[in-house]
Amino acid sequence: MEEKLLQGDRRALARLISMVENNEEKKTDVLKKIHAHTGKAYVFGITGSPGSGKSSLVDHLLEHIRKMGLTVGVIAVDPSSPFSGGAILGDRIRMQNHALDPGVFIRSMGSRGTLGGLSKATREAIKILDAFGKDVIFVETVGVGQSEVDVVKYADTTVLVLTPAAGDSVQTIKAGIMEIADLFIVNKSDLPGVDRTVTELKAMLDLDSSGDWKPPIVQTNSLEGKGISDFWEAAQDHRRYLEDSGKLQQRRKDRVRREFIDQVEYLVKSEVWNRIQAEVSMEELVEDLVNRRSDPYSLARELLSRIGLPAEEL
Amino acid sequence: MAGDDYARIKKEEKEWRDRCLSGNQERLDEFTTISDKEVKDLYTPADMEGQDYVNDLGFPGEYPYTRGVYPNMYRGRLWTMRQFSGFGDAYQTNLRYKYLLEQGQTGLSVAFDMPTIMGYDSDHARAEGEVGRCGVAIDSLEDMEVLFDSIPLDKITTSMTINGPAAILWCMYIAAAEKQGISSEKLGGTIQNDILKEYIAQKSWIFPPEPSMRLITDIFEFGNKYVPRWNTISISGYHIREAGSTAIQELAFTLADGFAYVEAGMEAGLDIDSFAPRLSFFFNAHLDFFEEIAKYRAARRIWARRMKEKYKASDPRSWMLRFHTQTAGCSLTAQEPENNIVRTAYEGLSAVLGGTQSLHTNSMDEVLALPTEKAVRIALRTQQIMAHEIGVTNTIDPLAGSYFIEKLTDEMEEGAEEYFERIEELGGVLTAIEEGFFQQEIANASYKYQQQLEGQQKIIVGVNQFTSNEPTDIDILKIDPEIERKQKERVKNLRQNRDSNKVDETLKELKAAAGGTDNIIPYILGAVRVYATEGEIVGALKEVFGEYKEKPLF
Amino acid sequence: MEERKIRVLVAKPGLDGHDRGAKVVARGLRDAGMEVIYTGLHQTPEQVVEAALQEDVDVVGLSILSGAHMTLVPRIKNLLRENDAEDILLILGGIIPEDDIAELKQNEYVTEVFSPGTPIEEMANFIRDSISNRAR
Repeated sequence: MEEKLLQGDRRALARLISMVENNEEKKTDVLKKIHAHTGKAYVFGITGSPGSGKSSLVDHLLEHIRKMGLTVGVIAVDPSSPFSGGAILGDRIRMQNHALDPGVFIRSMGSRGTLGGLSKATREAIKILDAFGKDVIFVETVGVGQSEVDVVKYADTTVLVLTPAAGDSVQTIKAGIMEIADLFIVNKSDLPGVDRTVTELKAMLDLDSSGDWKPPIVQTNSLEGKGISDFWEAAQDHRRYLEDSGKLQQRRKDRVRREFIDQVEYLVKSEVWNRIQAEVSMEELVEDLVNRRSDPYSLARELLSRIGLPAEEL
Repeated sequence: MAGDDYARIKKEEKEWRDRCLSGNQERLDEFTTISDKEVKDLYTPADMEGQDYVNDLGFPGEYPYTRGVYPNMYRGRLWTMRQFSGFGDAYQTNLRYKYLLEQGQTGLSVAFDMPTIMGYDSDHARAEGEVGRCGVAIDSLEDMEVLFDSIPLDKITTSMTINGPAAILWCMYIAAAEKQGISSEKLGGTIQNDILKEYIAQKSWIFPPEPSMRLITDIFEFGNKYVPRWNTISISGYHIREAGSTAIQELAFTLADGFAYVEAGMEAGLDIDSFAPRLSFFFNAHLDFFEEIAKYRAARRIWARRMKEKYKASDPRSWMLRFHTQTAGCSLTAQEPENNIVRTAYEGLSAVLGGTQSLHTNSMDEVLALPTEKAVRIALRTQQIMAHEIGVTNTIDPLAGSYFIEKLTDEMEEGAEEYFERIEELGGVLTAIEEGFFQQEIANASYKYQQQLEGQQKIIVGVNQFTSNEPTDIDILKIDPEIERKQKERVKNLRQNRDSNKVDETLKELKAAAGGTDNIIPYILGAVRVYATEGEIVGALKEVFGEYKEKPLF
Repeated sequence: MEERKIRVLVAKPGLDGHDRGAKVVARGLRDAGMEVIYTGLHQTPEQVVEAALQEDVDVVGLSILSGAHMTLVPRIKNLLRENDAEDILLILGGIIPEDDIAELKQNEYVTEVFSPGTPIEEMANFIRDSISNRAR
C-alpha cells in the first residue's frame, strides 16, 4: 500500500490514515517505509477557539494556494466527546467546494481521547500526507485545553486565530499560546472591537522581547475573503525567517527527535506492561495498596525488578 | 377584580389543594406543552391578576389587537382557505388549482420545485432529478402564463412561497397578469420573500444577506407604488418551527425578523406607514392546542405595541399583525397516515381559535409524497367543517378570558421578550444569524425533542406508542419523469424562439442596476417580459451579488 | 491495541435544504460513539462520494426530502462502485414512498431506508451489526 501512496493513490492515502487512527498492527510497517519520503511538506498549525473562523480561513487559503499550483492536505481535528467517544467532525463543510479538486485532500479527525492534545494519529497522518507529496499541510485544531500548545511541536509555522468578539479578550488567552504562536490572525475584522484587540495583542507581544521573530498580526475577514494574501505573505515571511536563520532545520530536527523518543517511550511502555501483565495480577497488588500492606513506590520498584529491570536505590 | 378578591381566591385554592390533592398521584412526573413549557393543573382568576381588559386585550379590530385584527372577524368574512399546492409542470398544477377552486378553496398558494426555489432552470445540471418533484417547475413567464391559464388574476388572491428569487417570480406573476389585461394595481396576493428565516431555518437562499435585504426593500417600495394590494412579505415562523424550535422561539424569532425588516425599510429611506401595512406573517399550527392559540394572541399584541410605541407607526394598519397559518408538517407520521387527518383537524382548529386570516391544512399523505386529489380534498373539507358545522365562528376570540389562555398568552409574551433582549445584546438579527445563535437554539431544541421521543417522555401515537404493524395502504402521488424531460425541452425551445438580443440587453441593464442604487424591480420586470429565464436572471444577479455559504451548527 | 471507531458521512445531496433530520441523526450517532462527518447542504453526488473516499468512512447516510431520491441515490451508488467502494454501507432517510424503498433495495442501491419516526438507536444498532458482519 505504501507504493500506491507514493504513486499518488488517494484511496491508499485515506486508508493509511485510517490505519494509524485505528492503531492497526500493520501501520508500523508502513510508517517505516514512508519515513524516507517525509520532510518535504511545509506544515501549518492553525488553532483558535471554536467559532473563530479557522475553517473558513483555511478554505480561502486553499483557493489562494491552489492558484499558485501547490498541492494541499488538510487535517481538521475536532474534539471527541469524553462521554460517548463519538464526534461531530464539522470542519469539512466549510471546505467542501474543494472536494473535487484533486490537488486538495481533506481529512477530518476526532481527538479520540487525547483531551485536546494532538494525538499520535494526527502526527502520523501528517507524515503520511507528507510522503504522499503534499506541498503544504494545514493542521486545524480547536483551541481547547492543551491542543494549542501541542500543535506547535508538529508545525513549522503556528497560527493563532482570534476574533474581536466578547470572550476572546486577549487577557483571557493563556500565556502559553502567546509565546508559541508565530503569527496572529484577527478574524472577523469587520466587527467592533478589532482595534482594541490588535492593540492589546501588540502590547502583550511587546512585553515578550525574547527571540528575534516578532509575530505579525494580520487582520482578516473570512466571510468576505479579505486579508488572505496578507495572511499568506506573513506566513511566507516566517518561513523565510526560519530558513535563513536555520531554525527550520532545528525545528524539524526537534520534531524527528521527539517522534523518535515518543516511539521509544511507546515501545518501552508496551513492552514493560506486557511483561508485567504476564507476571503479576495488578488487582492483587492494588489490594495490597488499599490495605496499606505496601505503598505505591516500593511496589513499583518491586514490579520492575521482577521483570529484570533493577532500579537503583537512592 | 379587586386585590382582596384575588387574595381570597388564592387562599381558597390552597385550601382546596390541602383538602383534595394531598396524597394524590398524578399520571406523569410533569405536564408540559410540546415545547416543554410547564402547565399547572389548574388556573384561576388569580392567574389573571394585573391584567387590564381594555389595555391588554381590548376589542377586535383595535389596538392592541389581542382579540383579532378585524372588528367582526369570521362573522364578517371567513379565513381564506388556501391550500399550498404545486407539482410537475404548469399544465398539471393549473388543473389542480382549478380542481381546488371548484371544491371551494378561496385563495391560491403556489409551491415551486427545488430548482425554481434555488434559482436554476430545469435544464441546469443541478436540477437533474428534481424538476417538478416538490412543487411546480417555473422557468419563465411562459410557464407562469400556463400556470394561471383561465384563472382570472383580478378575481383571486395568490400566495407564492418563494424567497431567494422572490422578486423574479413576482415579476413573472405581474407580467402574466398583464397578458390577461390586468394591471398590477388590481393584483392581490403575497410573496413569502423572507430571507432572514432562510438563513435561520429553511435554507433556500441564493445571495448573501446584504443584497438580499436590498432586494426586499426594493420590493417594499415597488409594491407600495404599483401593487398596493399585495403583501410584499410573509414573515415566517412556520419553517423555524419545522426545523425544531419551541413555540416561544418560533414567536420570538419571527417577530425579531419582522422588526429587522421594519428597520431595514426605514434605513432604506421608506416611510414606515408606506410599507408596514403590507407586511404579513406566517405561523405554524403545531400539536399543542392551547400553546398555539396563546402564541397567536401574544404575537398580535407584541407587534402592535412595538410598531406603535417603538417604531412610531401612525397608520393603524401598520400595527395589525395579519397572518397565514399552516398545520405542522413535522407532526405528521408515516405510520398510520390516516391519523394525520385528526392531527391536522386539531391543529387547524387552534389556528382558527387563534384568529388566523388564512389557513392551509396538510394532507394525510404528505409525509410520503405530495398530496393526492383525495387527500387534499379531505384537508379542504376539514376547514369547511370547521367553518360551517361546529360553531366556532359564531363569536370572536371565544377563548378570551380563560384563565389558562390569558396566563399562557402572557407567558408566551414574556418568553419572547427575553429572546428580544438576548438578540439585542448579540447586536441584532443579522449578527445573531452570523453567529449562529438562532440555528444553535433550534438545533438544541430539536435534539432535545428527539431524545424525549426516544425516551418515551413525549408520545407520538402509532410511532412510539399504540403501534400496529399494518402496512400503509394509501395511494401516493407519483411524478412522471417524463415531465422533467418535457420541461427541459420547453425551456430550450423558449431560448431558441425568443428575441435573444432583447434578453441580453435587459440582463445587461439589470446587472448595471444591481451594482447601483436604483430600485431593481423594474429591471427584473423588463427581463421577465422578454422571456429571460429565471436561471438567466439569477445568474446575472449572482455575478453582482455573489452567493451565500452557510456555517452549520449542531 | 486497536481503537476502531465507526465513521459515518451524513450527506444532503441535491437542492433540498431541510437539514433538521440530518443534524439530529448526526448528533445521535455521535452520542452512540461514532465519528460523524457532515457534508453540509447542496452536495452533488460527486462531492458526496469524494468526501466518503477521503474520509474513508464505513457508512454514507443520505437525507433526501425533495423527492429526487430515485435520481440521486443510484448515481451515488454507481459512483461508489466505480471507485471500488462498494463495501461502504449506503443508507437513506427522508421522504421516501414505500414503492421507491422497495425498488431501491431490490436494485441494491441502498442497504436500508429509515422512515420518519425511526429511533436513532435503531439506526446505530443497524450500522454496528452491518459493519461487524462485514469483512473489512
